[in-house]
Amino acid sequence: MAVVPATAREVVVIEKRCEMGVSQTLQYADKAAQEAKESLISQINEILGSYEGEKASLIPILQEVQQKVGYLPEEGLKQIAKFVDIPESTVFGIATFYAQFKLVPMGRNIIKVCRGTGCYVRGAQRILEALESELGIKAGETTPDLEYTLETVACFGSCALAPVVVLNDKVYGRMTAKKVKKILNKKN
Amino acid sequence: MSFEETRREAVSQWQALQNHSKPRILIGMGTCGIAAGAEDILETLNQELDKHGVQGDIIPVGCIGLCYAEPLIEVIKPGMPSVFYRNLTSNLVPEIVRDYLIADNPRPDLALATRGKSDLQGIPRLVDLPVFKPQVRIALRNCGNIDPSNIYHYIANGGYEGLNNALKMEPQEVIDEVKKSGLRGRGGAGFPTGVKWQFCHDAPGKTKYIVCNADEGDPGAFMDRALLEGDPYAVLEGILIGGYAIGASEGYIYIRAEYPLAIQRLRIALKQMEECGLLGKNIMGSGFNFHIKIKEGAGAFVCGEETALIASIEGNRGMPRSRPPFPAEAGLWEKPTNINNVETWANVSAILRKGADWYSSYGTEKSKGTKTFSLVGQVMRTGLIEVPMGITLREIIYGIGGGIPEGKDLKAVQTGGPSGGCLPASFLDAPVDYESLAAAGAIMGSGGMVVMDESTCMVDIAKYFLTFTQAESCGKCIMCRFGTKQMLDILEDIVHGNGRDGDIELLLEIGEAVKNSSLCALGGTAPNPVLTTIRYFRDEYEAHISEKRCPALSCKALISYYIDPEKCEGCGICARACPAEAIRGGKRMVHVIDQSKCTRCSTCLDVCPPKFNAVVVISGEPVVAMTEPVPVGSRV
Repeated sequence: MAVVPATAREVVVIEKRCEMGVSQTLQYADKAAQEAKESLISQINEILGSYEGEKASLIPILQEVQQKVGYLPEEGLKQIAKFVDIPESTVFGIATFYAQFKLVPMGRNIIKVCRGTGCYVRGAQRILEALESELGIKAGETTPDLEYTLETVACFGSCALAPVVVLNDKVYGRMTAKKVKKILNKKN
Repeated sequence: MSFEETRREAVSQWQALQNHSKPRILIGMGTCGIAAGAEDILETLNQELDKHGVQGDIIPVGCIGLCYAEPLIEVIKPGMPSVFYRNLTSNLVPEIVRDYLIADNPRPDLALATRGKSDLQGIPRLVDLPVFKPQVRIALRNCGNIDPSNIYHYIANGGYEGLNNALKMEPQEVIDEVKKSGLRGRGGAGFPTGVKWQFCHDAPGKTKYIVCNADEGDPGAFMDRALLEGDPYAVLEGILIGGYAIGASEGYIYIRAEYPLAIQRLRIALKQMEECGLLGKNIMGSGFNFHIKIKEGAGAFVCGEETALIASIEGNRGMPRSRPPFPAEAGLWEKPTNINNVETWANVSAILRKGADWYSSYGTEKSKGTKTFSLVGQVMRTGLIEVPMGITLREIIYGIGGGIPEGKDLKAVQTGGPSGGCLPASFLDAPVDYESLAAAGAIMGSGGMVVMDESTCMVDIAKYFLTFTQAESCGKCIMCRFGTKQMLDILEDIVHGNGRDGDIELLLEIGEAVKNSSLCALGGTAPNPVLTTIRYFRDEYEAHISEKRCPALSCKALISYYIDPEKCEGCGICARACPAEAIRGGKRMVHVIDQSKCTRCSTCLDVCPPKFNAVVVISGEPVVAMTEPVPVGSRV
């Protein structure tokens, strides 16, 4: 599972605080955010080090950054665009075309509800609704504490065990609304 | 080491394994087995063997296709036919170890079948089971039989003999053999594979590419995943043969990132092939060089389309372009490129091993060989199957699949995923081949087969597929981008009870326009689920539109739940379970549902004890139940 390093996540949390104008922490936050940004840049530089910068490596680079950083930060996309010598707008276009790439940080735990046909006819919609009410978020959203991200996916190819839910790459088959809540508890 | 030597080594290792004096346990560890709990079973097995001091090998294998029976293990005790145990739980493992491995009781009550020549104490042979008997396994020949991470297992079972044969032939002879076999592309469109190879072979240019399309994106289909997880070698061998035939020295496997286990197995297989001189330079001493790279897809359904797939490998957005030029002339980096699907490649290696005549002895006149299907939905025995072309839907659904659970009726069978169609029960005796399915308005597709019973609403299913294709449309063609959206809006209106007269005609009109004015197959087939459901289930659309009624009792906006006062015993289970707190009652009171609060989540229906069975679902008529709880005795 893609673990968001604390520093990357802090950038956002701290930036949010800054926006809210929490004056007491502002000075401290500025410094911390700056440090976090720098560490992010060096983390991405490290990833880029193993590529040669040809155009075909763009998607693998985005995949590796997504996997290691947990999302594609704006600064990182600019860095990558420079590295592969492709306009930022094109890189942005590619990053938003594919479902795998996220431009905002994901939760520490990612729950995916399969919406494949096999799952759909066996009640995936009700599983999704149960999770949405349990977590208080809609599909595609992340809980405010960045603990959970709830997603739907087209198909996991585990249709014979429908309906299927995947928590952090572990597949749970033959789900019911009741069982799915238990999985969340297990995680906590 | 020459291939001959490698093969001798593999065979001797395999035979030593077969004649082993120690018991062996094969455990299905495909994604589906793991999802069903195979990891727990593996752990308990290890513990139990240790506890009893039993010497034995536990070998993880791919999916044998009996997904309904997962977790599934095969216990091979020396001197006995091997026995499959189905739907295992951690509690049952100690019993099997104690009763069968230590004592001699094969526990027929827990067993599914035996493998080998004989049955055992009433346990039938696997090949005699209704789920297995009609099957012919060519692409899936090794799945569930070999360790998918051990190249010697594959070699000992005839692996790379096809490649060995091919390398002794001229490339043109290889192409002719594939043409003669009648093999057609298993990705769905069914284009003759040999003819496709010929185009690429004949295209001018020194640098050519082979691509294996493993971007299996159809919701409801997992054949390629199971095949790559269970026997990656069969696919890779096919790719090498194709490379030799068209004159390529580089191949790409474009695989969904959602299949991490398949990717891992492929990487292991590629490494082992290199070590055995079956990949890289001078393969099998023939002078043929070939390299294979894995490209992970980033999640875009349209990348299953070959020009979009090529764009994606090149690092661009996966958007299709117009053809010609076809990839056979100008594909990857403008070089001649041949793309085939995973299952096609696995068939190629079998054809070159056993010959075109053997292969074409299966199937129908125009559709040769076999086809894998993922049989899912409302059917008793879900799983991965491989059947000869021409078999009827009835044989698949009722024979192999064991019919519909809970004695319900079959309503429709969906083939071809979002590009295919829903066929009604009247097509049960239609043969499954490219032509018959196309004539019925569906397509063969890559092999998803979803069975639907009477509780599935056909309008809702059409909406479901269109939601998918509408979201996955890359946006290049206007009709695909806006037409699917318009159709989806109309379908949303219909399932919400806001359908209007003329909606059906409008759907048909837009559907035809989308089909006719889209560049690629995504748009060209996206309306199919809508068009076929209108063709075969028009009465359901009409019920939604004019009577505001959902005959399948599925569309939330059109159904109501109430509690039958004659049956409610006032147990209170539903009231406690209702997430919307819409049920009122009390001890020994007939409960009532507040219609204004009810979210139609169906929880009350699920939890109401079967002995009362008091929750009723209706559509198209008003609820005529009490509005206030009354004591159970005083019912009207």
